[in-house]
Amino acid sequence: MTLAWLKIMAVVGQPTWEVVTVADRASASLESRWYVAVAYMIVALVAVAAMVVALGMGLIYGERKIAAHFQCRMGPMRVGYHGILQSVADTIKLLLKEDIVPARADRVLHLLAPFLTLVVTILILGVIPYSPLMQLADVSIGVLYLTALSGLSVLGLLLGGWSSNNKWSLLGGMRAAAQVISYEITATLALLVVTMFSGTLTLSGIVQSQAQGWWVWRAHGVGVLSMALFIVAATAEINRTPFDIPEGESELTGGFHTEYSGLRFAFFFLAEFINMFVVSAITVTLFLGGWMPFRIGDWESFNNLMGLIPPSLWFFGKSAVMVFVMMWFRWTFPRMRVDQLMRLEWKILLPLGFCNLVVAAVVILSKWYFFPV
Amino acid sequence: MSVTVRTLDELLTPPTAADSPLSTQEYFVNMGPQHPIAHGSLRIILLLDGETIRKVIPVPGYVHRGIEKMCEHMSYRKIITLTDRMDYLSALMNNWAVARTVEKAAGIETNSRIETIRTLMAELQRIQSHALWWGVLGMDLGAFTAFLYSFRDREIIGEIFEETIGARLTMNYIQPGGLMFDILPDFAQKVKKLLAYMRPMINEYDTLLSGNAILQERLRNVGILPAKDAVALGCTGPVVRASGVPYDLRKVEPYGVYDKAEFDVVVGTKGDCWDRYYVRMEEMRQSIRIIEQLIDNIPEGQYMVTKYNARLKLPKGRFYGQLETARGVLGVFIYSDGNGDTPYRMHFRSPNFNNLWAVTQIAPGWRIADYIAIQSSLDLVIPDIDR
Repeated sequence: MTLAWLKIMAVVGQPTWEVVTVADRASASLESRWYVAVAYMIVALVAVAAMVVALGMGLIYGERKIAAHFQCRMGPMRVGYHGILQSVADTIKLLLKEDIVPARADRVLHLLAPFLTLVVTILILGVIPYSPLMQLADVSIGVLYLTALSGLSVLGLLLGGWSSNNKWSLLGGMRAAAQVISYEITATLALLVVTMFSGTLTLSGIVQSQAQGWWVWRAHGVGVLSMALFIVAATAEINRTPFDIPEGESELTGGFHTEYSGLRFAFFFLAEFINMFVVSAITVTLFLGGWMPFRIGDWESFNNLMGLIPPSLWFFGKSAVMVFVMMWFRWTFPRMRVDQLMRLEWKILLPLGFCNLVVAAVVILSKWYFFPV
Repeated sequence: MSVTVRTLDELLTPPTAADSPLSTQEYFVNMGPQHPIAHGSLRIILLLDGETIRKVIPVPGYVHRGIEKMCEHMSYRKIITLTDRMDYLSALMNNWAVARTVEKAAGIETNSRIETIRTLMAELQRIQSHALWWGVLGMDLGAFTAFLYSFRDREIIGEIFEETIGARLTMNYIQPGGLMFDILPDFAQKVKKLLAYMRPMINEYDTLLSGNAILQERLRNVGILPAKDAVALGCTGPVVRASGVPYDLRKVEPYGVYDKAEFDVVVGTKGDCWDRYYVRMEEMRQSIRIIEQLIDNIPEGQYMVTKYNARLKLPKGRFYGQLETARGVLGVFIYSDGNGDTPYRMHFRSPNFNNLWAVTQIAPGWRIADYIAIQSSLDLVIPDIDR
């Protein structure tokens, strides 16, 4: 038995982590066999669509179950074994529901808002490195792309709040705009720290730069702080408790999505849940080594053992932990107030983020971090 | 003292239009009757400037069932069945308020067993009511877990009530002249088990919500109700005590067997939302203290001193009785014309009605989110406002 393990480890050895994206494969075969490239594109589209559906349903089910167990109850139990088909039933219900547009609402914008929100989310899903072989496109401006798209996501919320012809929705939309734009800054400052350490903007490049250790601890306190900043800012950007002010169900009765029903509401809802995964995935990619296995210094056999676990499992496992942390926030914390939220951003997080950036620059210039980069 | 009457139409005069594209305009917004904070159907009209509240106009009346009018056609025993529909979270205390007034007017002397059981039940209900308030406050502030924690613990008290009384929410237990049923033999044991469970649970409530930095930010120094205003508005119960006025009928004019039990009147210092929160949390502990002192020696005796179906006739006159419910002073005014077993007129001075108007004093200047905290900290039960 021991011998067999040793053999496997010898074969696995030190993996090389070479990244081949779907886009790479498609463009490689574009010259000779164009139909293969087309096939790759279709596969990519289907994969993203499947991902959206699976993630949406899975996360909603997970959230309901986790919330239930936090709250000493069972959660969905009736549809399927332990309610696993509950999300399917809910989807069908939402599909069949009447699609109501309020009187004197701006019909076009009202229709557009949920789509915009979901499209942004899907565009981000395309660049996340799930594993060395599972990445649709490796954009050379990866981090910038993420920042730009998450800035775009506020449009959907604002439009939804504006077009509904409802004062509560408008208040929610305005709150969303103020909040997302403010917290964008802190999130970007936190991302910049990692970009500086790894010296690249591509997401797969950032993951590969963490082969010797994850940025969260490899960059001393700077990494921990920037990860904390990023998690706080990201939670605010995706409007989850304690920052779910744009929705504020007990204040604004749902905020920007008060007037949405049926499938349009489902799109908002879907986008919100997938955003949670997206944010976790970005945190994992930048700070927790992406699909890199967990390694401890020169513990050869331990590292080999960890290397046996496929990278995609590592990625989704880490993301699941981050998603769980976000759900944990939601079911523990009360909601903040608008002005408190702004104070937190502009008076605490933003100065911290800038200081962190400067310290990170000093650390990098003085080559003060663990392990060679 | 002159009273100016203004209609809702006059209050809702449209705010002046913005005179330039850059200046802002105040606007009205309806909070309720269908709104999560309405907790039933209470309509609040807010005059807002952006998110800041300029004026609050409460419009009660959406759950008006004419209970006081119905009382005129009901015998004093039957009135009890209406009282628990007013403030359904202190149903037993409402029962007791009517029973006590009628007993006082009819000259019925109850024995100490009845009074002890009444006191115990009222305190159990106070814990239940405050626990629910805690959960709802959490839910209003966005911490949903608190809501289910409190419901989990309320359930245990509800089971004790169900065993003894047969109902869980609208309980008709305390009757003029005694109680509907005697307590079960294992009542004391069950209550003691509950107390042993509840004490650490209140500490758990503290660890889940009270110590939370966000909750403290949301409640501290928000919605300050000065003692003078609180008294002038007729606020009672935890609301007035949080403003620093130690007015608790259980101490001021003891009824039941409250004079036999030792407990503290919890008062706040400032009158902000946090004080109102703190006062209620401490009152739960004080209620546990009262029950602990009384539960071991419930005196023997009858549970009903009058005949079960006796027609109660009150002499001609006006009678007023009051007691401290979970929300404040519930006053019962009976105007009897001396013939028949129904009152000629009946009026309830409900604590929630007076507490509600505190929002008109304290909410202006705060934001919408603070309004939620303020109204939640007042612990309003809407059916009691409208009756």
